[in-house]
Amino acid sequence: MGLPSGTFNQSYGQYMAIFRTRTHWVMLIAFLIFLFTCPLFFSDRILTILTIIGITVISVHGLNILTGYCNQISMGHAGFMAVGAYTSAILTAKLGFSFWAALPCAALAAGIVGLIFGLPSLRIKGFYLIMATIAAHFIIIWVILQLYGITGGSDGLAVPRPEIGGFVFKSKSSYFYLVMIIACLGTFLAKNIVRTRAGRAFIAIRDNELAAEVMGVNLWIYKLQAFFIGCVFAGVAGSLLVHYVAFATTDQFPFMNSVWYLGMLIVGGMGSTAGAIFGAVFLKLLDELVTIVGPILSAAVAPQAAASLSLIMRGLVIILFLIFEPRGLAHRWEMVKSYYRLWPFSH
Amino acid sequence: MSFFLQLMVSGFALGMVYALIAIGFVIILKCSKAFNIAQGHFVMIGGYLGFTFLVTFHLPVWLSLLAAVAVAIVLGLLIERLTLRPLVGQPVLAVIMMTIALSVVLEGLATLIWGGEYKTYHGVLPTITLKVGELSIPPETLIGVMVSIAVVTILMLFFRYTKSGLAMMATAEDEQVVQSAGIRVTTVYAISWVIACVVGVIGGIILGGVSGVMIPLANVGLKAFAVVLLGGVNSIGGAIVAGIMVGVLENVAAGYLDPLLPGGGLANVFPFIVMIVVLIFKPYGLFGLVEIERI
Repeated sequence: MGLPSGTFNQSYGQYMAIFRTRTHWVMLIAFLIFLFTCPLFFSDRILTILTIIGITVISVHGLNILTGYCNQISMGHAGFMAVGAYTSAILTAKLGFSFWAALPCAALAAGIVGLIFGLPSLRIKGFYLIMATIAAHFIIIWVILQLYGITGGSDGLAVPRPEIGGFVFKSKSSYFYLVMIIACLGTFLAKNIVRTRAGRAFIAIRDNELAAEVMGVNLWIYKLQAFFIGCVFAGVAGSLLVHYVAFATTDQFPFMNSVWYLGMLIVGGMGSTAGAIFGAVFLKLLDELVTIVGPILSAAVAPQAAASLSLIMRGLVIILFLIFEPRGLAHRWEMVKSYYRLWPFSH
Repeated sequence: MSFFLQLMVSGFALGMVYALIAIGFVIILKCSKAFNIAQGHFVMIGGYLGFTFLVTFHLPVWLSLLAAVAVAIVLGLLIERLTLRPLVGQPVLAVIMMTIALSVVLEGLATLIWGGEYKTYHGVLPTITLKVGELSIPPETLIGVMVSIAVVTILMLFFRYTKSGLAMMATAEDEQVVQSAGIRVTTVYAISWVIACVVGVIGGIILGGVSGVMIPLANVGLKAFAVVLLGGVNSIGGAIVAGIMVGVLENVAAGYLDPLLPGGGLANVFPFIVMIVVLIFKPYGLFGLVEIERI
């Protein structure tokens, strides 16, 4: 979508700028100020929701690069998160590493496991790749449960909260800041990765794999790179999640989470950094709505209504988006923007 | 040795059910190029329908079966018309997400209607006991095998000798040619979903009679994907052979290896290991067609 009327790019720098006009900068700074003053006027409950949303956004950014930009559909994203989570948990709880050393290790471990399960992507695509990543999820979880001595198996593993120079990120608000800083950095990275040479290669692979290969894009390198980057994001998110809950179990990474991450991409809009954020926020807020409405409905209709409501709502949202707005909320947002820019003369 | 044979026999019975589920999947894939993740949920719905008609309404077995099939036909038609028809021509991911969303909605509906509890109607289905030497063949699995064979035979005859069956086979070959020959492709899609639904529901009734029915029964659908991939995604015969192979392998591997592993549960993960191995070494399965891509 174009720029506001009267604004023209006169240099390469202007053309490449993410925040092009002064209004953009004002809005960005206002948003950041709002985000980082949240703990002042929100309750702990809302902060918890926001923290979880932040972690989810990081994970969905990874999936967006992998699936939205490179079209390598992964339905094992929760499994890759579990790899990062357990790496970080074992390093801090069993080996006494600090969180700050464990976080990069978690990212790296998840990335490497992602590489291994990304290997089949060189021969297969579409549905076959989905099946391979589903298998990856179940195999990862099974291996974690088998390594009872290291991971605690189904009993789980207690994980310390991160600390820096004697300051422990114990309160909700301190952890909120930690997650939000990493989420903002992650968003910045995700936005820029897809503007690099690698990102353009991903897009070429997405649009037509064979054509990209003929044009000289090395499929082997770039597909694996996409898997690595996507899973690094997942690893960071997984690590942040277990340190937040201060406990690691495989129940935190159910298979359906992988599906919901893809659902968030659908709702938000594939292949758009803003879309990943929109989708994660939208579906998580929908969950919160269900937790509010659910008990009322349970009392009124039937005790199982709350559980079924959450499933039916999520499923219906994805179905409706697929039928009526396959390009997701990000596309709607662009349409709104172009509409108000031209208002009141829309032609 | 008898332990091994016992594992083989129960694996064979399990494999026939896998094959039945996989066939439903293959039919939809062949005719409408849609990957139906919700196939396992048809099975679960089938199990609950069996419970409703057999236990709650006390209908005789043949009538319950007919009633369940009738419900399945309506369900299949509704699903195709409301959710899949608008997606014709959309990318693979859209269709897959649609069937996943569908599976989630079906799960929600099943929770709402049947409370998501474990239901069983053990002993309601007719039983045939068979004992060969030391081997005892579990009575209800035998019925399961017989029904599976019957359904597969009927489907084979349907595809070979009826007009709509032939139309479906032709659509699987080439959609555009078929359209220009005057066959309504949308009708073919609808029929394929109806067949998949009916086959899934029948599989569900059998499984429900053997081991009871609850929401996680739907995961059997995920396992059936291993079968589908091993057999080749567009081969019905492959689905049957692979179904039996996976069922037997899973049971034998679990029987011998589970005592050696601390956490156990190999049977649950085994089909996925098969899946990865197949995908790496033979992505198009044993009997599948190799896809050739052109720009």
